[in-house]
Amino acid sequence: MSERTDVSTASSSSDVTTNGLRGVRPDRDALTGVATGKRGRRRDGKRNGQRDGAPTVPAAEFTSYYGMPVINKPVWSSLDIAGYLFLGGLAGAASLLGAGAQATGRPALDRVSKAGAFGAGALSLVGLVHDLGKPSRFLHMLRVFKVTSPMSVGSWLLAGYVPLAGIAAASSVFGKAPRIGMAATAGSALIGPAVASYTAALISDTAVPAWHDGYPEMPFVFVGSGAAAAGGLGLLAAPLTQSGPARAMAVFGASTELVSFERMERRIGMTAEPYSQGRGGAYVRAGKVLSVLGVAAALLGRRNRVVSALSGAALLASSAATRWGIFHAGMQSANDPKYTIIPQRDRSKGER
Amino acid sequence: MAECHPVGFQWVVEAKARGAKIIHVDPRFTRTSALADIHVPLRAGTDIAFLGGIINYVLANEKYFRDYVVAYTNAGTILTEDYRDTEDLDGVFSGLDVDERSYDFHTWQYEGMEVQAAAGHRDLEYQDKAGGKSAQGKNGKRSGAVRQSARGESHGSGGVAITGNPRVDPTLQHPRCVFQVLKRHYARYSPEMVSDICGVPVDTFLQICELLVENSGRDRTSAFVYSVGWTQHTVGVQYIRTAAILQQLLGNMGRPGGGIMALRGHASIQGSTDIPTLFNLLPGYIPMPHAHSNQDLDSFIQGESPKKSYWAEMRAYTVSLLKSWWGPAATPDNDFCFDYLPRLTGSHSTYETVMAQLAGDCKGYFLLGENPAVGSANAKMQRLGMANLEWLVVRDFSLIESATWWKDGPEIESGELKPEDIGTEVFFLPAAAHTEKDGSFTNTQRMLQWHHQAVEPAGDARSDLWFTFHLGRKIREKLAGSTDDMDRPVLDLTWDYPTKGSVAEPEAEAVLAEINGWDSEGAPLTSYEQLNEDGSTACGCWIYCGVYTNGINQAARRKPAMLQNWVANEWGWAWPANRRILYNRASADPDGKPWSERKALVWWDEDKAKWTGHDIPDFSAAKSPHYRPPTGATGAEALSGVDPFVMQADGKSWLFVPAGLTDGPLPTHYEPQESPVPNLLYRQQRNPVREITAMVHPNDRFQPSGDEPGAEVFPYVCSTYRIAEHHTAGGMTRFQPYLAELAPEFFCEVSPELAAERGLEHAGWATIITARAAIEARVMVTERITPMTVQGKRIHHVGLPYHWGHSGLATGDPANELTHLSLDPNVHIQEVKVLACDIQPGRRPRGRARDALVETYQRRAGITERTGTEV
Amino acid sequence: MAPVDIQIGRRPNLEGALLGDTDPATQGGYSEHPPRMGFFTDTSVCIGCKACEVACKEWNAIPEDGLVFTGMSMDNSQGLGASTWRHVAFIEQRKPIAAQDPGIRHDTDVLALAGQGSGTPPDQAAMTPTTPGADGEFRWLMASDVCKHCTHAACLDVCPTGSLFRTEFGTVVVQEDICNGCGYCIPACPYGVIDQRKGDGRAWKCTLCYDRLSVGQEPACAKSCPTNSIQFGPLDELRERADARLARLHEAGVADARLYGRDPDDGVGGDGAFFLLLDEPEVYGLPPDPVVTTRDLPSMWKHVAAAAVTLVGGALAAFAAGRRI
Repeated sequence: MSERTDVSTASSSSDVTTNGLRGVRPDRDALTGVATGKRGRRRDGKRNGQRDGAPTVPAAEFTSYYGMPVINKPVWSSLDIAGYLFLGGLAGAASLLGAGAQATGRPALDRVSKAGAFGAGALSLVGLVHDLGKPSRFLHMLRVFKVTSPMSVGSWLLAGYVPLAGIAAASSVFGKAPRIGMAATAGSALIGPAVASYTAALISDTAVPAWHDGYPEMPFVFVGSGAAAAGGLGLLAAPLTQSGPARAMAVFGASTELVSFERMERRIGMTAEPYSQGRGGAYVRAGKVLSVLGVAAALLGRRNRVVSALSGAALLASSAATRWGIFHAGMQSANDPKYTIIPQRDRSKGER
Repeated sequence: MAECHPVGFQWVVEAKARGAKIIHVDPRFTRTSALADIHVPLRAGTDIAFLGGIINYVLANEKYFRDYVVAYTNAGTILTEDYRDTEDLDGVFSGLDVDERSYDFHTWQYEGMEVQAAAGHRDLEYQDKAGGKSAQGKNGKRSGAVRQSARGESHGSGGVAITGNPRVDPTLQHPRCVFQVLKRHYARYSPEMVSDICGVPVDTFLQICELLVENSGRDRTSAFVYSVGWTQHTVGVQYIRTAAILQQLLGNMGRPGGGIMALRGHASIQGSTDIPTLFNLLPGYIPMPHAHSNQDLDSFIQGESPKKSYWAEMRAYTVSLLKSWWGPAATPDNDFCFDYLPRLTGSHSTYETVMAQLAGDCKGYFLLGENPAVGSANAKMQRLGMANLEWLVVRDFSLIESATWWKDGPEIESGELKPEDIGTEVFFLPAAAHTEKDGSFTNTQRMLQWHHQAVEPAGDARSDLWFTFHLGRKIREKLAGSTDDMDRPVLDLTWDYPTKGSVAEPEAEAVLAEINGWDSEGAPLTSYEQLNEDGSTACGCWIYCGVYTNGINQAARRKPAMLQNWVANEWGWAWPANRRILYNRASADPDGKPWSERKALVWWDEDKAKWTGHDIPDFSAAKSPHYRPPTGATGAEALSGVDPFVMQADGKSWLFVPAGLTDGPLPTHYEPQESPVPNLLYRQQRNPVREITAMVHPNDRFQPSGDEPGAEVFPYVCSTYRIAEHHTAGGMTRFQPYLAELAPEFFCEVSPELAAERGLEHAGWATIITARAAIEARVMVTERITPMTVQGKRIHHVGLPYHWGHSGLATGDPANELTHLSLDPNVHIQEVKVLACDIQPGRRPRGRARDALVETYQRRAGITERTGTEV
Repeated sequence: MAPVDIQIGRRPNLEGALLGDTDPATQGGYSEHPPRMGFFTDTSVCIGCKACEVACKEWNAIPEDGLVFTGMSMDNSQGLGASTWRHVAFIEQRKPIAAQDPGIRHDTDVLALAGQGSGTPPDQAAMTPTTPGADGEFRWLMASDVCKHCTHAACLDVCPTGSLFRTEFGTVVVQEDICNGCGYCIPACPYGVIDQRKGDGRAWKCTLCYDRLSVGQEPACAKSCPTNSIQFGPLDELRERADARLARLHEAGVADARLYGRDPDDGVGGDGAFFLLLDEPEVYGLPPDPVVTTRDLPSMWKHVAAAAVTLVGGALAAFAAGRRI
C-alpha cells in the first residue's frame, strides 16, 4: 500500500468543499501513468521511472520513424541541375582558357573556348529556368540580392556572366569589335572562376548530408572538374598546335578533382558512402575512370590529333559523370535517415 | 473515449491533472489506454462477469458504503417468497416462459406490495391494473406483444406502489432482503472465475478492485464512463445495471465526481431520447400507449402512472403534451385528443422494421442522417429490406451507400440483384449541417447547448426542421377540407411556426418555446411543477420545461467558467430544472449534511430551512431531511426527507429491480450469442430471452457456440468499433478529403500471434468470415491487440472498425456485413460488439464465389436455421 | 505588399544566422514588434486525434495529400510536406511509460513473430520494435509535428527571391505570390518541413497562421487541440511553462521526458515551435541535433574563393606550361 501512495500525485488533489473547489491544478498538467501504485513494476521486478539524481535517457542505437527520411530531398531534376553544375564549371573554366588563348595568340583555342563558354553558360541558364516550379517567375531571382543564398548570388553572377561571355564569343567568332570583345573577354574571365566554383556552395549550403559535410573540398572538386572539362573541350576542338594550354589545364583539373574528391571521402566518413554506392557511386566511378583515361591519353597522345580529341571527349564525359554522381549521391544521402541521424547523434554524444 | 469522443476526453485529461486515476477496460489498447494509468484488456462480451466480480469483492470484503446503502438503496427491502434466483435455477430467474421466451416478473416483487417499473416495462403488468388480464386470458400473446413493445427506454418514468409499503430490514440481515440476495447472486463471481471468463490476470483484477474501493466512500467518489459499446450486446441493459449496482454499493450516485456517464454515438442522441425518435416513447419518457382494447386517457394514466414520486403527475404531463400538439382541438370532452395518438401493437424497432420490409408490410422509409447499408447490423438484410420498399427518402450530406445500394451495392456487384428489378423509388435530399442551422444539442449530462447558424446551407441543402415543417405543411394542404376522421390528427395539429429567410426556415427558437410550454395566457412556463391536468397549460416535453424561462433561451447561455461557480449552472441548461447532477440530495447524509467536507454538493441549511449548495438541489427545496409523509400522501408529498431518488416508486435507488426489465431483476453473465467458449457460471449459455426468433432469416444464420460441434470453425472473437478518424457509418467523414486521408481504407487489427497463426502479412490483405458474409480488410499487425487465456484456451480478437462502405473517398467492406440480428430484449439493440469469426490471408472472392465461400463455412459448421436459436 | 518591402529593405541576415540567439524579428528588420510567438507541443498529453491536422487544412485550404494506407500504426499522413502542415506521429513501443500498466501480456516473442510469422519485417510492422522491452511494457506515443520556425531558419536564408520572410511575430512565412519554385529551401531545411506542391510548383509550409495572429487569434491547430497538447503563446512564457512541466514529469518518474528545440543555443538558435518528447527525437522522425546549414556558409564562401583562385592559378600555369607541351 505504501507503494500506492508514495507519489504525490497518486490521489485526487482537488476537493469540492462547501466553499467551492480547493487544490485545483491547471488542466494541461495531466501526468502520464503514475497513479496505479505499480510504479515501474516489471516482470523482472526491476523498477524504472525516477532514477537517483538527474533522470537518465537511455542511449538508443540507430532508430528512425518507420525508416522515413528525416529531411526532404531536393526536388531538382538531374538533367537540369546536374547539367547545370557541369555546364557552369565548363563555362567558367573555358572563359579563362579563352582569355589566355587570346592573350597568347591561339585564335582557334580562343574561338572554341569562348564559344563553348557562352554555349555552356547559356545552356546552364536554360536548365536553371527550366527547373523552376514557376519558370515564368525566373526574374523574381533578381528581386533581392542575398549572400546567404548561393542561388541568389549565382543568379546575379550568371546575369552578369552570360552576356559578357556572349559578346566575347561573338567578337572572336566574327572578328568584330575587338575592343568590346577584349573588355567582355576580360570581364567573363574575371567572373568565370566564380561561376565555376559557386555551385559547390550552392549544393553544400543544404541539409543534404553528403553535400553539406563535403563543403571544404567540394569547391576544389568543382573547379577541378570544370578545368578538366574546359581543357577537354580545347583538346577536342582545337588543333594540336594550339591545344597545349588546354592539355595542361585538363591535367591540372583532373588531378585537382581526383585529389580533392579523395580527401573529401576520407574526411567525412560514413556520409561519403553514397559516393561509392548505388547510382551515385556508379557515376562517380565512371567519372574517375574516364578522367584517368583522359589524362593518360592527353599526355601520351599529344602528337596525335585523334587521340587528343578522344582524351578531350573522355575528360568532358568524366566531368559530367562526376557531377551526376555527386547529384545522385546527395539524393541517396537525403533519402536514408541514417546519414542524417547517426552523424548528428555522434556529434551530440560528443558534446554531452 | 479518446477514440470516439476526443473533445470530451479533454475533461478526463483535466481530471487526471487533478489527480484522478484513469482505469481503462477494453479488449483493445486505444488512444484512451495510451493516456490511462492502467489498461485492462478483457474478452469482449464478459463485462458483467468482470463487474460482478467487483461487486462480489465489495460485498465479501465489506467495502461498501454502508450508511449510503442502508439509507438510499433498496438493499434492505424484502422480496416475496416466490422469487427464485439464478443460483437456484442454474442461470435463469423464476417466471421464465420457455415457449414465449419471456419472463413473468410477478415473482420478482417486494413483499407486501407491488412495485411498478421505474425504468421500462411498466406495461408488463398493465393487464393486472387495467383489468386486461382477465379480459385476455392467459394465452401469453398479449404479454409477448407488450414485452416486445420495448418500454425499456422509458428510463426516468416512475414506478408506483399500488398497495402497502415494502417491508425493510435496515440490518440487511433478512435472508430474503435484497442485500442478502445480491450477496448470494454474486458469490460465485470469484477473482479466479473472473480471470477464467474475462482473461484478466487475477492480480490485475484485484488491483482494479482495490483502486476502485480505495477511491470510493465518504471522502472519495469514482465515476464510470461507458460508450455505446456497452449497449450493443444481447445483455446490454444489464451491463449498465451492473455498473449501477456497483456505484450504489460504493455510494457514487448523486455525488460530485460520481455517476455513470453514457457517451452516446452522436451529438444529441440524448436529446433524441428525451424528445424521442423512438417508436415506444412520447416526449419526456411518457410511454407510447399500447393498443389495448378501449383504452382512454384514464385507463392509460391508471395503467401507467404511479401514485408516489413525481411520476404521479403524469396526467398533467400528458395533457400538457396533448395541448401543445393539438391546441384548441384538445378539450376535456375529447380526452384532449388522446385518441389521436398512435398505438403500439408490438415492437417496431429498426430490426423489426427491416423484417417488416422483407415481409412487404413496411412500404416507405425515411432515412434522416442514417446509413443502415453500412452502419446497421447485417447490412445485407438492411439493403434487401430497402430493395423491397415502394419508396425510400434519404436525407444526408453526400450520396451515402443507403442512397446508392440499388446501383452499386454489393448485391449488384455479385449479380444477386439487378437495378432494373428493384421497384424501390429512391429520393435523395441534401441535408444541412449543424453549422448551417440553429438548434440545440443535448449531451450525456442532459445539458442543452444552443448552436447558432454560421452560414446558409449550400444549394438545395435544407435543415431537418425545414424538411419536417414544410412536409407537414404540404400534407395539411393536401388534406385540407377532408372530412375523414382519419385525417383529423394531422389537420388539428398546431403547425404554425414562424419562418425566416429566403428558404422560409422555421424559427428553431419558436419550437423550443413550444417544447418549454406556456400557460393559458401564453406566458412561458418556468417549471414542470406548474403543469396542470385541466388543459390550462401546454408543454411539448415536461422535462424540458424551464428551458425558455421568461422567454429567454436558457440553452444559449454561455457564461464563462471563471465568472461563475464550478458547477456552471449558467452555461446552457440541463433538465430537469437546470440541475447538473441528478439525485444530488444523495450527496448529503440522511441528516442533510455533506457526507464529507471534500465532497460537498448540496446540503440542508437549518437556519434558512432549505436545501442549498453548489448545484440546484434535485429535491423539494423546503423539504426537511426529517420530513416523513403522512399516510395516504401521494406524488412528491409521499416522498420522505431521505428519499433522494425522487422519480422512484420508493424514493430509493434499486440494487434489485422488481419490475421494468424483461430479462431479470439482477445482471447475470451470459455468453454472447456467438462465443468460442461455454458459460462457466451456469448451464444457461446465453440470455434466455434475447430477442432472436423474429430475426431468423436465410441471410441471418447464427453460429454454434462454446463446445457445440462446429464452433471451432469460427475460432476467433471479433469486435466492431470506431476510431477517431471517422464517424459511425462514415456519411459525415468518408466523403471529406481531409478526413478520408487520415484513414483511407478499411483495416482489421490483429495481434502478432494471430498474424503468425494465420500467416497474415502486415499492411497486406485478409478475409474475415462469419455465417453471414465474407469481407476483406487491410491487415494491421499490432501489439495493441493482446491475446488472452480463457478457460485454458488461447483467445484471439479480430478488431474491426466499421466505418467503411463502397462509396466516398475512403472505401472498404462494411464490417456490418458480418454481424447478425440478435438483440437486447429491453431496448432492441443489436449485438455487434462481439461475434465469432474466422480470418484468412488474402483478398475475398468476388461475385458468386463470395457467397459460395460463406456457404462452405456454414456447411463445415453444420449450420441450420435452428443453430444458435436455443433458449 | 509590406512583407516584400521588408524583404528588400532588410540587410542580409548572414551575421544573424551566425550570431547566437538574436531576436529574429529585430534581426529581420523590425524596429518595433510584438513578442515572439510560438508553439509548445507537449506530446505527453497528445491523444492523436488529428484535430490539428484537419483544422490546419480547413483554415489554410490545403489540398488532400493522398489516400494511402501505410500500416504505420494510425499514421497515414506519413510526414510534414507541402500539403500537410501538421503531422501526428504514432509510435508503438515496448517501453514503459512511467508507471502506466498497459495490460499488454504477449507472453511470446512477438517481435520475432512480427518478423517471421506474419512475414512482416518488424520495422514495417505497426509496432516500432527497434526498442525491444520486457513483456508487459508497452506505450503508444503520439506527437504532433509542425514547422519549427527556427531562430536561424535555413529555408529563409537560402531563399533567392525573398519569398520566405520573417514576420513581426518572429515566425517564418512563404509569400506564395513571390515564390518561383526554385526549391532551394526544401533540402536546406534540417527538419524536412517545407516541400514543393506537385502541379503547383511552389514551396509551402506552416505559416503559424500568420493571418490569424495578425488579428489576435491563435493558430487553428492550437485552437482545435482538445487536450492542450499544442500550446500557443509568447515563446518566453512557453519556455518557462515547459521547464516547469518537464520538472514535474521527471519528479513523477517519467525519466524519458525531454524538451526538444527549446535551447536557444542549439544548432538553429532554438525553435519557435518546440516540443516535449518521451523518447529520442529520431524515434519521432526528428533530427537529433539539427544545425542551420548557413552556419557554415562563410567558411563555404572562403573555400569557394580559394578554389576560384586556384582555378585562375591553374589556368596561368597551364599557359606557362602550355608553351612547352
